[in-house]
Amino acid sequence: MANKRVLLAGGRVIDPLAGKVRIWDVLIENGKIVKLGKGLKAKQAQRIDCRRKHIAPGFIDMHCHLREPGHEDAETIATGTKAALAGGFTRVCPMPNTDPPVDSEAQVRFQLCRAEEAGFARVHPIGCCTRARAGKELAEIGAMKKAGAVAVSDDGAWIADPRVMRRVLDYSKAFDIPVISHCELAGLDYGVANEGLVSTRLGLRAGPDVSEAAAAARDILLAEFVGARIHIAHVSCATTVDIIRWAKARGIQVTAEASPHHFTLTDEALAGFDTNYKVNPPLRTEKDRQAVIRGLADGTIDAIATDHAPHTKSEKEVEFDNAPPGMIGFETAFGLGYEQLVLTGDMRLPDYINRMTVAPARILGLPVPRIEPGANAELVILDLKAQWTYTPEQVMSRSHNSPFFGRQFQGRVVGGFLGGEQFWLLHPA
Amino acid sequence: MTRNKPGSTGRLDKRTRAKRPAKTPKRKAEHTLRLNHLLGIETLSPSDIGAILDQAESFLEVLRRPIPVVPALRGRTIVNLFFEPSTRTATSFSLAATRLSAQCVNFSLSSSSVSKGETLLDTARNIEAMRIDGVVVRHSMPGAPHFLARRLKAFVVNAGDGCHEHPTQALLDAFTLRKRLGRLRGKKVLLVGDIAHSRVARSDILCFSKLGAKVAVCGPPTLIPPYIEELGCEVFYRLDKILYEVDVVNMLRVQNERMNSGFLPSVREYRKLYGLTRERLGALSKSVVILHPGPVNWGVEMDFEVAEFPQSLILNQVTNGVAVRMAVLYLLARERADGE
Repeated sequence: MANKRVLLAGGRVIDPLAGKVRIWDVLIENGKIVKLGKGLKAKQAQRIDCRRKHIAPGFIDMHCHLREPGHEDAETIATGTKAALAGGFTRVCPMPNTDPPVDSEAQVRFQLCRAEEAGFARVHPIGCCTRARAGKELAEIGAMKKAGAVAVSDDGAWIADPRVMRRVLDYSKAFDIPVISHCELAGLDYGVANEGLVSTRLGLRAGPDVSEAAAAARDILLAEFVGARIHIAHVSCATTVDIIRWAKARGIQVTAEASPHHFTLTDEALAGFDTNYKVNPPLRTEKDRQAVIRGLADGTIDAIATDHAPHTKSEKEVEFDNAPPGMIGFETAFGLGYEQLVLTGDMRLPDYINRMTVAPARILGLPVPRIEPGANAELVILDLKAQWTYTPEQVMSRSHNSPFFGRQFQGRVVGGFLGGEQFWLLHPA
Repeated sequence: MTRNKPGSTGRLDKRTRAKRPAKTPKRKAEHTLRLNHLLGIETLSPSDIGAILDQAESFLEVLRRPIPVVPALRGRTIVNLFFEPSTRTATSFSLAATRLSAQCVNFSLSSSSVSKGETLLDTARNIEAMRIDGVVVRHSMPGAPHFLARRLKAFVVNAGDGCHEHPTQALLDAFTLRKRLGRLRGKKVLLVGDIAHSRVARSDILCFSKLGAKVAVCGPPTLIPPYIEELGCEVFYRLDKILYEVDVVNMLRVQNERMNSGFLPSVREYRKLYGLTRERLGALSKSVVILHPGPVNWGVEMDFEVAEFPQSLILNQVTNGVAVRMAVLYLLARERADGE
């Protein structure tokens, strides 16, 4: 694609940093944005009609599971990053709960290498906080950071020992790397559903939302005490949102993310015992869902992250108690967010895009994505009017554990650019 | 499997299918369940419950005959799929199937392949391949019967799924009460014990409240699940506050493992606070009806004297259980045959 000139004509360019949308032509040359403006003329350029389309920076997913190494039957870095691209994510951050866990420089390099070979979305690995995610000894955070890790997390497991967590936070300061906490208080009732009316009705083993909120509170207070950065993963309940809001007002270096399923669904969805609705943290109540949306709208929750968690059919086709938690999320994230946050009037479109691009970039220390002359052409083209139905046939991920099949969506990613390459997904303009 | 469509001749066929083996009750009730499976009380309407209880009435009459068998389900095969040990419920279902002339195969945990790592999906597929008409399933995990129902052409009866539901127990409780008290509407029913881990409690609350009874539950707060009142009951932590105001007391079993896992300080304290002791029994009106889903932990949830209490219906429940399960199997099998 060398020396290629492409003119994106007449699209609405979203600037998530300034919070603006402008109708502009975008001229791309050799994978770089060279010009923005009205009525651009470019000789020998491929012209793409972007009228009635939006153009945004490529999305960044700071929380997903690509399952490689260890569970390649569910997903590989190649299939996962392809699915990510289909959802508009040009950069993704896999969590290190692979088998073996990503707790060393070699593991980080392996994932980067695999991603490079695949050539789809870029990968920024997240390393473990502790060796083998065991919550006992520090992992080689410095070496992993140097190899390309952008954060550390023992995702899936909360670091129960407060002394270990304190040291993780303390140590990570040397590398200005965020510590991402999966908040789930150890020892409190563990369940497969949120403890409340629905779990009572269905007789499901349930864990209370206190489990998340109390764990978040401890980690936030430890981060304040040692002066480190803490990031709260997949915020699911109202109390946690309140605690983060309080912490931010107090000046603690805390950031947070929420997942599309937590601002789209509630535990009422469990009524049919469909294991595709089983996630961790569990789907909670309408009050919590609303609180997560408010948190995203007022900036208490900085980023949207999919928590894309592929599982094979045989893993999920079991009793509800026995199914592993998680659902795939790359390909439905943008549509769900657009429907639940923008079409509802809770957020403006550029602010929503901010949660998918600028916010995660800042948390992870990645270059802040912008559509401006000189920047790399890493962008997505969105059709916000497109009505579409999600079906298993269109899934790019190796796993199909989504509860959203058959759902009507409005708004989708139709194409984009990454690394000088143009990727077209469904509707070439 | 197609359901009855309104306007089709299906309904009429049902009514004119007069050669029912058992004697039809006078009201000529239309014993039609609009259901393919019995997964819980939650999905039943009051008239569904009424239809099952009416049908059970006629089967109870069958059970009193010298030869208590009818050919209603001759040639049908029912599997008792018990992933959790159970003697009473499994036996009750087996008897019900036998009394209806169905063949009943027992498939229990110890003899099953679960220990060899066979999944529920494999089990479902195997049952499907064996062309079974109905499956009675008991499982330690909520939703397991729903899982099977989604994947099987056979009808599925939930015989207890974890802490979720045990619909035939609630139906037989309601049947037993209806026989003793007449209508349940306006009657005060109290459930005492481990509400949190009890599938009987959930099904009973739903069933009794659908039939118009006023339901209360009582137990230590550690064994009362959150928002249980929204299922349609009042919550009490102190037994003596409510015991003497009710028409029916259903004493639930307290599993020994709860005693040792921090929910309760001791058996002694539980008996003192929540047991139907001799003393409480003495103070109770003789018109109060006592139920227990069995098996009883004598000396824990109730003293042995309860067995001699005139209104203790614990053994009636067992007899009625067979009639109610006959009704459930019969109605579901018939519904399925009609749909074919």
